[in-house]
Amino acid sequence: MSNLLLIGVHQPGTTVLHRLPVGVKMAGLAAYSLSVVLVRSATWSWVFLALALLAALVGRVRLRTLARAARSVLLVALVVSALQWWLYGLPKAVETFVDLLALALAAVVLTATTAVNAILDAIVRWLGPLRRFGAQPERVALTFSLALQAIPGTLALALETRDAARARGLGRHPRAFLTPFVVRVVARAHETGDALQARGLGD
Amino acid sequence: MPTIQLDGAGVTVPTVSGDRVVLAPTTLTLTERRIGIVGANGSGKSTLARLLNGLVTPTVGRVLVDGLDVARQGAEVRRRVGFSFTDPAAQLVMPTCVEDVELSLRRRERNGDRRRELALAVLDRYGLADHAHDSVHSLSGGQKQLLALAGVLATEPAVLVADEPTTLLDLANTRRVGDLLLGLDQQLVLVTHDLDLARRCDRVLVVADGEIRYDGAPDAAVDDYVASALG
Ligand SMILES: Nc1ncnc2c1ncn2[C@@H]1O[C@H](COP(=O)(O)OP(=O)(O)O)[C@@H](O)[C@H]1O
Ligand SMILES: [Mg+2]
Repeated sequence: MSNLLLIGVHQPGTTVLHRLPVGVKMAGLAAYSLSVVLVRSATWSWVFLALALLAALVGRVRLRTLARAARSVLLVALVVSALQWWLYGLPKAVETFVDLLALALAAVVLTATTAVNAILDAIVRWLGPLRRFGAQPERVALTFSLALQAIPGTLALALETRDAARARGLGRHPRAFLTPFVVRVVARAHETGDALQARGLGD
Repeated sequence: MPTIQLDGAGVTVPTVSGDRVVLAPTTLTLTERRIGIVGANGSGKSTLARLLNGLVTPTVGRVLVDGLDVARQGAEVRRRVGFSFTDPAAQLVMPTCVEDVELSLRRRERNGDRRRELALAVLDRYGLADHAHDSVHSLSGGQKQLLALAGVLATEPAVLVADEPTTLLDLANTRRVGDLLLGLDQQLVLVTHDLDLARRCDRVLVVADGEIRYDGAPDAAVDDYVASALG
């Protein structure tokens, strides 16, 4: 469980990738992702994967972090590729698999070499000019980071609730899982809202 | 020390079977450095604590912190009154420890490099320097609570309200977090089930059924609570 939760944690460093402005990195990731999705060629898929690995090398992203990220998308990638194999044949399936892996690795490289606070600062800067139209850049940035953070937190709750249902011998009972899970997610969201308010972040 | 005043402040919530009094109108003035609040589950401790920084607004009466009305000058009051919760997991919202403290400092320091320096100094003060770049999820329960407190104390509030901060912690961590809280220079309002911590305060309020049942010296107050709770 904690393996899942540690994906995408910032690893401080001084490599070129760490020092590159956040905007450049985010634009780069966007362009890269679009290319991976749009360019339909098996050869290019391998090139993109190689590029992601090269970026990881340049940013000195720990091998363990990469392996975890790969493992977390492996299941999804395998299922999707199996479907593609059945529908379109083996070459297409391999291409999809390699594409998904490349996308996951590139995303991990960005989060490993960029502090979330730097991303927040960039968002606040970009949205700054919209202030006069009533936009609240700080809020948008905070919402963005909350959404990022909610993923591991919610996963942890899901796993805990599933274990509790199993412990009661109700592992296959959707209600035994869903009811406490939904209650806890809502309660957690409520508490987090209170905590943010108490820290003055909503003022 | 700051002055916290409840001026006939009470909280009533509407329910299907009519209005329910969660906290009866209460009048008191808190000026001591360390104020403990004890009482049974559901007695109204959290409601009382939440009134002090505007997380709950009184349905009757007023709450004043250094003369500022919590309901009207909420933002100013929150800058003065920090609040910490029982479950640190709900309070930690950034991926790594240093980033979570930086989040608290965003308002105070706009420069990213200086903000990081300040955040690292805060972590150092609370014994978390070695974990600055670790995931908040990798910390132990006691460390998470320390980090949550660090996130609140980073803003240097004049008052800290802590709602059962040690309830989820083991003996050693309860002692550690308790020592930290009771040793603060700031005014502390501590809701707790740990009677040893309550006895170390300067004044203790006993809450029962939405009312202040006892208010006075810690030992006498705790004895009163124990006697009434265990019959
Ligand atoms: N917003 C609310 N709506 C309905 N009931 C509430 C609300 N807030 C608190 N209560 C009820 O008031 C009582 C006191 O709550 P609380 O202050 O959280 O007690 P404590 O912290 O001492 O356990 C509880 O029975 C709780 O269910
Ligand atoms: Mg409570």
